[in-house]
Order: sequence, then C-alpha cells, then structure tokens
Amino acid sequence: MTIDELIENFSFLDTWEDKYRYLIELGEKMPPLPESYKTAPWQVKGCQSQVWLVPSKEEDRLHFLGDSDAAIVKGLISIVLLIYDNKSPSEIKAVAVDDIFAKIGLKEHLSPSRRNGLEAMVAKIRQYADIL
Amino acid sequence: MYDVNKIREDFPIFALSINGKPNTFLDSAASAQKPKIVIDKMNDMYLHEYANVHRGSYLLSEEITSAFEQARATVQKFVNASSSSEIVFTRSATESINLVAASWGHKFLKASDEVLISEAEHHANLVPWQVLRDEIGFKLNICRVNDDGSFDMEDFRKKLSSKTKLVAITGMSNVLGTIFPLKEIINLAHAKGAKVLVDACQLAVHQKIDVKDLDCDFLAFSGHKTYGPTGIGVLYGKYELLDSMPPYQCGGDMVDTVTYEHTTFDIPPARFEAGTPAIVEAIGLAEALKYLMSLGQDNITTHENELTAYAIKQFSQIKGLHQIGTAQGKGGVFSFVVDGIHPQDLAFILDKEGVAVRVGHHCAAPLVKRMGYSSVARASLGLYNTKEDIDILVKAINKAKTFF
Repeated sequence: MTIDELIENFSFLDTWEDKYRYLIELGEKMPPLPESYKTAPWQVKGCQSQVWLVPSKEEDRLHFLGDSDAAIVKGLISIVLLIYDNKSPSEIKAVAVDDIFAKIGLKEHLSPSRRNGLEAMVAKIRQYADIL
Repeated sequence: MYDVNKIREDFPIFALSINGKPNTFLDSAASAQKPKIVIDKMNDMYLHEYANVHRGSYLLSEEITSAFEQARATVQKFVNASSSSEIVFTRSATESINLVAASWGHKFLKASDEVLISEAEHHANLVPWQVLRDEIGFKLNICRVNDDGSFDMEDFRKKLSSKTKLVAITGMSNVLGTIFPLKEIINLAHAKGAKVLVDACQLAVHQKIDVKDLDCDFLAFSGHKTYGPTGIGVLYGKYELLDSMPPYQCGGDMVDTVTYEHTTFDIPPARFEAGTPAIVEAIGLAEALKYLMSLGQDNITTHENELTAYAIKQFSQIKGLHQIGTAQGKGGVFSFVVDGIHPQDLAFILDKEGVAVRVGHHCAAPLVKRMGYSSVARASLGLYNTKEDIDILVKAINKAKTFF
C-alpha cells in the first residue's frame, strides 16, 4: 500500500469509530517484531504505552520495524512506518509528516502532549536518519 | 442540600462540549477544574489591585499585601493551624516536600537515622528522600500496602523504630484511593520520637484537614488540586519546627538584615518565601478554599462517598474490568484495567466519548508495578461529578470493549 492509497482508504471512513477500527486492523497486519527486540535499547521513551523501533540500512535506504503493546498505537506506528520505510536519509528529512496525518484525519495523535509515542518515534526516525 | 447540578454551573468549563459530547471530566486527581469565582478573583486582582507585596508604602501595595496575608489566614483556617505563621506558600506540594527535605532534612538527618515512607507514595514524596538518602547516607525504609491497597499497619509498626527520625506519608493514595489511618500512624511515630510529614495532595481535596487534631509536624498540599490555580502550594509546619530550620532558597523578602559581609534571616514563614511570591495565585487559592468551606467539606465528602459507592458497584458489573485498590472506606480514585484492552487504547476511545481519564503510572511507578501492572487507567472524582458521569464512563468502557 502507498501512502496515497492509505489516505484514500481513510477518506471513505466517516466516523472516528470506523477510523479507529481500521487503525487496529492496520496494526494487526503489521509484521510482528521478534520478542528479542522488545528490550530497552529499542524502546522509544515518552510513551504511555510501550513502543519499540528497530532501524536497519540497506545501501542508502533505511528500514524500520516497530511495535507497541497498545493496539491503536500499533496502528499509528504502521502508518509511521509506511511513511518512512525504504527512504534515504534526505528523503526522511523532507517528509511533511504533519500534513500526512492531517490528511488522514489523525492529526491530534502527533501532538506532543498526547505522549502516545508517535511524536517521539518520528523524532527517533529523524535521528536515525542523521546517524545511520 | 448539596445540589450538584447547580454546583456544576459554578465551573465554566463544564459548559464546553468535548468532541461533541458532554464534558465528562474524571481526572480531578491530576488537577481539578476551577470555579468562576476563583478565575474572577484573580482577574480582578490583576485588573484593579495589583502591585508587589511587603515592599511598597503606597495604597495598592498595602492593599495587596493585606489580601495576600488574609489568604494565608484563610489557609490557616482551612487546615486549622494555630497561627498563620505556620503557613508557608510554595510553588507546589512538590516544592513543599522538597523544602522540608532540603531544609529540615539537611539540618536534622544523619547517616545513622532512618526515614520511613510507604509503598503508596507518589514520586514527589519518594524521590526527594531517595536523593537526600544518597547524599546523607540514612536508611530509607518503605512500609507495605496490602494487595487490596489498604495500609499494612503491622509492617509499619515493624519498620518504625527509635532510629526513625521522619515518617513521610500520604493521607490518600492517588492510585489506590486508600485513605491512610493518619492519626494512628502519627501517634505511633511520635511515640518513637519521629516527626511526621503528611502529603495531603489528595486528602485535602476530599476531606476536612485538621492539623491540630492530626498533630502532624508538616503537611503539604497543592493549589491546583484543591480547585485553585497552578503555581501555588502550601506547606504547614509546626512553628517551633519551622523556626528551627534554615532557609531553603535565599533572596529578597526573607532576610532580616543584610550587609555585604553577613545576612540574618527573617522569622517563618517569610524565611521560606524568598523573592516575589505567587501573589495572585495565593489569593486565588484562598478563594478556592473559601468556596470549599462554603459548600461544606463534610457535604462534599458525603456526596463523593455516595458517588464512590455507586462507581464501585457499576464497575463491578463490567465483565473483565479489574479494580486496583479496593480498601474499605476508599475515596473517589479508581484505578482499573480491562482484559484485552491496553489502558492507552481505552483512553483514546474514552476521549472520543468526551471522557477524560488518565493512563500510565500516575507518577507512582513503583506502586503501579507493586500492584502488578506497568500502566493502568484512572478515573477520579471531584466535587462536581455526578452519577451521570459514572454512567457515561461505564457506557464508554463497554463501547471500547467492542473494538478489541
């Protein structure tokens, strides 16, 4: 799925209930993160649920695995990974993630006060783009 | 007659809808909403009566100094202290506890001493003692709560000794809702020669506080939880204790004489109020406390106890919901988890239904862990909550269950 397809899928959903059900479904479909990665070095801090992010690099492109113990958060992570996976560091830096979440209709989840880990996760991805 | 629907009208924020739903605010244990009279009073001070305190010899400064000191007298009345000199204004309850740790702790605690706290302390009454322990080298003992969240008196008696110099203990747990048997704790501690600091952040909101009856040595509470503004807290201390303590911070308004070579310090409470205080906030807090006293704190307690009993009954009918903290006589703080739903996911859905609860470790991470969890949801009551609020919460929890 591309990010445009995802935005289109969300545009068919009128109620928050349907959006949240779809988010949960997206999370369930995400490839599972091996338990061995669910440890402190991969944990994203500043979340009310547990969130993990594991980067890797293939040629000049970054790949990410992620997971959370909360279902809606996991769905949000799957969107973040769809946005950032398989991009070069400079492409990662150029992404307007706020705009994408606004188009999906989930912008409130990127607010720093939400502390659901999404903002921290985006910051971490950008940080990995700098150092990897 | 306690007419809660009429009382709700005193709080402008409840006129606001949240996500198109009625504002079902169940997070007063984190911070309470403010009655209009508090907001109006503070506005009025800025609009018509503002100047600095304890400095000017002109009308505005004299008037606001008098209002500030009257605010202190209101706090004195609220906790039934012997004198307004026993009331120190701080920035928060956290600062009140840090003040005791830094000032009293540094002067009176030695490596051979012990400090006793409970498992139910939130970080503000745990971390300052850990930091001081690491510096001074005393032993920090932690007495247990039982699995239902009740206070384990036997363990307390066991850990209390003649080495114990301070018992720092909450009056009401912000996670479990347990109301601690303070009088018994204080009597036992005093019998061993220990001083007692009561963290009344939660207790002061729900019950009448009487420091004379309790005979506690220190008591801390915050403004924003007692329907007052943020940025203001209170430390009560017995006068002779306060008088024995060195300053906590230094600056203006807390000195007696100053030369380039030497400074002598003012008497309490001024000694502990360096710099310009949170003047308008102190006056706002006094307005909130007057509001509580005018409603009648016993009436508030009765109303909240009825709601608490109702909530416990309603929660017990939700399949898969586990209440954390079920001690007899507990107050209106309900931590819970629901099978198959992460508390964070639950809070997302409750929010969409206009219901505000808190999730996480509630600044009491070791306690949440001791009860067997890493994260829990918490609903907490204020004087303005209704049975309808509980019904809306229950309905929203049941709705959340259909998602997972």
